[in-house]
Amino acid sequence: MHNAEESIREAAKKLLSEKKVDLIVGHEQGTLPLRTTPCFIDKVEDVPKLVWNENCDANLSKYLIGRKERMGVVAKGCDARSIAVCTFEKQIVRDNVVIIGAPCSGLIDKKKVRTKLEGKELLEATIEDEQIQLKGEGFELVLPKKDFVCSSCLTCRHKTPPIYDVFAGTKVPEVEADEFSDVADLEAKSSKERWTHFKEALDKCIRCYACRDVCPLCYCKTCFVDQTMPIWFGKTTDLSDTMIYHLVRAFHVAGRCVDCGACSRACPMNINLRELMKKTEKIMKERYNYTAGLSLEKVPPLGEFKMDDSQEFIK
Amino acid sequence: MEKKRIPKLIKELTKEHEVFAPVKKESLVFFEKVSPGSEISLDFQNTTKSPKEVLFPQTEILFTYDIKKNGVEIEKAPELRKKIALLGIRPCDAKALSLLDKFFSSGDHKDFYFSEKRRNTTTIGLACNRPISTCFCTSMGGAPFGKEGMDLLLQDINDKYLIETVTEKGDKLVEKLPWLEDAEKADIEKARDLARDAERAVTSEISGMSVTKKLDGMFDNPLWDQIYKKCLGCGVCTYLCPTCCCFDVLDEATTKWKRIRIWDSCQFSCFTLQGSGYNPRPSGKERMRQRIMHKFNYFPKNHGENFCVGCGRCVQECPVNFDIREVVEGISTDIWRKKNG
Repeated sequence: MHNAEESIREAAKKLLSEKKVDLIVGHEQGTLPLRTTPCFIDKVEDVPKLVWNENCDANLSKYLIGRKERMGVVAKGCDARSIAVCTFEKQIVRDNVVIIGAPCSGLIDKKKVRTKLEGKELLEATIEDEQIQLKGEGFELVLPKKDFVCSSCLTCRHKTPPIYDVFAGTKVPEVEADEFSDVADLEAKSSKERWTHFKEALDKCIRCYACRDVCPLCYCKTCFVDQTMPIWFGKTTDLSDTMIYHLVRAFHVAGRCVDCGACSRACPMNINLRELMKKTEKIMKERYNYTAGLSLEKVPPLGEFKMDDSQEFIK
Repeated sequence: MEKKRIPKLIKELTKEHEVFAPVKKESLVFFEKVSPGSEISLDFQNTTKSPKEVLFPQTEILFTYDIKKNGVEIEKAPELRKKIALLGIRPCDAKALSLLDKFFSSGDHKDFYFSEKRRNTTTIGLACNRPISTCFCTSMGGAPFGKEGMDLLLQDINDKYLIETVTEKGDKLVEKLPWLEDAEKADIEKARDLARDAERAVTSEISGMSVTKKLDGMFDNPLWDQIYKKCLGCGVCTYLCPTCCCFDVLDEATTKWKRIRIWDSCQFSCFTLQGSGYNPRPSGKERMRQRIMHKFNYFPKNHGENFCVGCGRCVQECPVNFDIREVVEGISTDIWRKKNG
């Protein structure tokens, strides 16, 4: 991913110096190991701040929504796909955005690292070749990187962005991953077991809405949970209220979610939020042979109405 | 006290108290109600959520009521007299409770629910031998072996805990535990050494004490236009924070009417949304400014201390790695001012 870093900087420099954009949205080094943080660059001299590595986990399309400036954005496959969805939904003006497509070899899941370290603090991490080196007080581990890659990246088939204006680095060969292997466990469960499973998972929710706020598709001006006149849904942490929140959100992003995994990464309670989304994605694929965010022209199945639709769900 | 006596301590405590202690769940640690025989974890850095929720739960029924033909019948508030023991609370979180005391229990705004529970709570804290890289308690007037907000403080000296009594409440509790052994001089010295080492091990230092003055007159500073940009407005920082305590009150009806209070966050868009539809904090800029100003300017002016204890939870868990240390340091050392002219 590192030669891509140089190419990203070159592209950013060019865009800014030629005044093609007002701003570059990218990633810069974070303050903790395995972290980067979103940055906004409007001066050529700040371009060297831009980094590109396995920790660039924020979906930057979130920062383009509703903006009027001309912006250059560093985009992984999933970022570019959500830009496509939001563009189709008229939340991003395509002409205002220059997509610097970047190759992604899979993000590191800091939660998997945390689990591995069993409470010990990570002080330094380096990723080289296919290995990750983790250092802390009294330990030094060298482990295969693949064991710490985000689950969403393990099943991703679009590591090279399907849509971009400039491409930085070398394209990644796509692996024919079984994109729905993650939902096999869920599908094997009976409906009763699924209910128990979701109850247990969502019981931990503290309703911080990090999953919603990092999601590029959650751009509603007023989210249904924030409706106050009158209140639409309960705001407590009782299971019935949290369940409604997550289920409605799942329905709302069905057929639009690109499985960037940002929701799962953001959850401070370690809830595997993308599980339910992934199942809806599979339904869309099986029923309509549709994958979100691959095209700017194709009308999504839930965005159109056909007179000859079998409407089998109305019985 | 020998470490293996912890189950005995829990057993004794549960006789009179509801005991809350750190419990490991997968890779996270939470304060949970424990009973004799429960497995607790005293080998943790800090809990994922702060123990504030024991006294200030995220959803709390204030009272229930019924609407009848001839008026409203209010039922009693829930029982708050139960004694609570918070075992294993870290010094930063205990200091946070003493700050919450100031917020909830002083002046004209005494909060019955919090202060009643707080009055009935005994804190049996656990000193930090090994602060982590995101801990900045010493910059906020705390310390890894800090006693503020503690009734008793356990100090890990290898195979034993040295128990220091801090308050009368702590003394009274110790009297009920006659099986505790007297501390030896060497134990006390050992703990003193560990406290000193732990304080040195806090590597994250920021100018937390000078920030209040710097923030005076900075309400309209252009720095706020920069600071908030990457923040996505979720509630991770405020909900995990041991001092954040803003709440909303609403009525809900199921079989009966309930007046409940729930946590709220100044980072949410509807936090200051008024009935008229006007929102005095319309964007992330005003909301971020409020969070920083409340913690480091308004609260210190009203109560004499920063409303932050340096636990580092917000630093660790922010989805976009917004680091409050950078902001405080930037303001204290004029970095932001220079950056923005």
